[in-house]
Amino acid sequence: MEAGEAKSKKAGGSRLCCICNQRRPVLKRPKTLQQICRECFYEVFEEEIHQVIVGNRLFKSGERVAIGASGGKDSTVLAYVLSELNRRHNYGLDLFLLSIDEGITGYRDDSLETVKRNEVQYGLPLQIVSYKDLYGWTMDEIVKMIGLKNNCTFCGVFRRQALDRGAALLKVDKLVTGHNADDIAETVLLNILRGDIARLSRCTSITTGEDGPIPRCKPFKYTYEKEIVMYAYFKKLDYFSTECIYSPNAYRGFAREFIKDLERLRPRAILDIIKSGEDFRIATTTKMPEQGTCERCGYISSQKWCKACVLLEGLNRGLPKMGIGRPRGSGNDQKDTKARSTAKSIESKQCGSLEF
Amino acid sequence: MACNSSGCESGCYDREKDDGSKISVEDAVAGGGNQESVCVKCKCNEPMTFGDGGSDDGRFCAECFRNNVFGKFRLAVTSHAMITPSDNVLVAFSGGSSSRVALQFVHELQIKALKNYEASRDRSLPVFGVGVAFVDETAAFPALSTEMVDAIEWVRSTVSSLSPPAKDLHVVPVESVFGSDSLDARDRLVKLLDSVPDDTGKEDLLLHLKMLTLQKIASENGYNRLVVGSCTSRIASHVLSATVKGRGYSLSADIQHVDARWKVPIVLPLRDCVRLEITRLCLLDGLKTVELACRSQCGINDLVSSFVALLQEENPSRECTIVRTAAKLTPFYFNKIPETDDSNVPMATQRRLKRFNIKYDGSMTTEAFCPICNGPLNRSDSSGLDTFEECLESDVLYAACCSSCRFQILPEDGSSLEQFSSYLPDHMISQVKHQKVNSQAYLREKIKDCLLLDDEEVV
Repeated sequence: MEAGEAKSKKAGGSRLCCICNQRRPVLKRPKTLQQICRECFYEVFEEEIHQVIVGNRLFKSGERVAIGASGGKDSTVLAYVLSELNRRHNYGLDLFLLSIDEGITGYRDDSLETVKRNEVQYGLPLQIVSYKDLYGWTMDEIVKMIGLKNNCTFCGVFRRQALDRGAALLKVDKLVTGHNADDIAETVLLNILRGDIARLSRCTSITTGEDGPIPRCKPFKYTYEKEIVMYAYFKKLDYFSTECIYSPNAYRGFAREFIKDLERLRPRAILDIIKSGEDFRIATTTKMPEQGTCERCGYISSQKWCKACVLLEGLNRGLPKMGIGRPRGSGNDQKDTKARSTAKSIESKQCGSLEF
Repeated sequence: MACNSSGCESGCYDREKDDGSKISVEDAVAGGGNQESVCVKCKCNEPMTFGDGGSDDGRFCAECFRNNVFGKFRLAVTSHAMITPSDNVLVAFSGGSSSRVALQFVHELQIKALKNYEASRDRSLPVFGVGVAFVDETAAFPALSTEMVDAIEWVRSTVSSLSPPAKDLHVVPVESVFGSDSLDARDRLVKLLDSVPDDTGKEDLLLHLKMLTLQKIASENGYNRLVVGSCTSRIASHVLSATVKGRGYSLSADIQHVDARWKVPIVLPLRDCVRLEITRLCLLDGLKTVELACRSQCGINDLVSSFVALLQEENPSRECTIVRTAAKLTPFYFNKIPETDDSNVPMATQRRLKRFNIKYDGSMTTEAFCPICNGPLNRSDSSGLDTFEECLESDVLYAACCSSCRFQILPEDGSSLEQFSSYLPDHMISQVKHQKVNSQAYLREKIKDCLLLDDEEVV
């Protein structure tokens, strides 16, 4: 409300799109509360993303870029917009869709069908990498073994590596993900609430992992979730909108609700949180773990074995608790699970997709 | 009061007990066979039960609890040299529980210093002076005028009832920063607040004006410290609301124990005490408080406060974690008491100061401040400053402000901005002009290594 409401009232009087002044407005743009027509919305939405890509020099001509595609709204819109912009502005990119099949019946199999349709609709080659092939386990099997507690830890760790392995298979130079402004604002808040200063300093960077094998970037860093939904709705894009069956209520985190409340009061707040995250005075000397490679699989790791190998070893040896919580002494175990369970209730996406 | 809280860990049964009552030592000894019902610290007195749902309810006896809170206060005061014997301290008193406790603790510190002074042979260390300031906000909240009159009366009686040494009380209306003519000043304040379109912006602007008033009282009456009773909970809310308003850069300036960017340095001795402790202490010591319903119920600040309250419910240490995170951000050069060559400062104090001195990165200093909120400006914010050499005053004001004040406080269109800047206290406007000189100095800093002559000769 506040200033936004005054602005929208002003615009409501004209009854014409306040950008082109020609057509009838059909929507109130979530980011600015301007009343605009559909065509202008498409235009500003795409143009903003184009400016982010150009302004941050996300891509170089001739690069091969994989789009992390889950079949959900963010990645579907990302695939659509990116292929559109690539054509329109001659980025000269080779785009690919990269999907991870976690092996969750009733969820991922259906969403993969969506991605397969997208492959045809947008003419982008699709690569699917499955947990079963990479690790020998599906999430269904993992959950059967360890239950519904900590399963998101497995899924998150595995997905991170699976995306990199899939990207390596495709021989791409970059991986883009559909993280939107709301996601990033939420991560900033969560890192403050948790006291994680190291993550706070890097969670707002648009490109991460530049020192690793495949850099990842987030072209939707400044794009509001609501506008993504709006774009998908008006463009009638084909996407899959079911929650993961293993983390129901994933969208009821305190932090997410708080951000939605803020957005209602002051749409600009989401961008302001990201700005704050970028501006925080964090000493550049914040310690980062030294990066090496996993002795077992060769993936980047700060320890002897990478996290995925530790978890996998636990699964294969029938000790699923291995690698969960802190490795130091058994006395800490209980405390750690307690901390984990409280942390869960404040964040929205539990399934590891917020790990940058 | 019976304790039925889930957070209650030990030492309380369904025993009915009045809050604030102290249990005698004999009682505790008599019940010594039962280890559960003694204070976890001194192991002899019966623990206090507040029944307020706090996690450590029923763990400490009244004395240990009080010592713990006072200990945090004293550690903050001594380790940051907030109050030294030669100081003259002004306590900002709103009537709320935090500032009431701050006043009480400063008062106790003063009594102790007086005792030491009288007992010492050479009487070398003087006793620091204490004054109290109350800002009257009637002009901003006309509806509260009767309550405000009562509140002022209550403040007077509270301050005068404190045991000697006597404390001066300064009750000053917030509009006094606009000038000495009270009618004209009040008019300007009302017009200024009315021209701010955003509710949260209005609230924040009033807060800045209040701070200016306190600064004015302090500097006009010869005080050299301003004690503000912000507690951990309040600061936690500030951390989040500053983040939400895009003030991430200046945030680390606001939350340190010492903030010496003002003429009279501000100190926050209750920074490490949570609200629960403060309210318990008020209950325990029978400290009365008065809360005026000045805050709006619909702005960003209110939303953030209720979010923090929700988080605190879910995890009782959340507020502390938030403040601790923010404390890890790099502070500014002014976040410590400026060093003095005062030979009065005893060696022990100097040593202690050295130990606790905040390290700050000298290369990250800023010289420009937002004229409205006095927040240090990020380079990206202040970049537009020099392009406005020959422009209108209001344009210069716009360029000199931080992005958050531009959005939530400054009016959007040019003519109302012009008016807005004409209502602003002269102090703020003069700061805008001063800013230009500063930015020149800042530019100079950047090219310093290539300049051949010293400062004065070049300009």
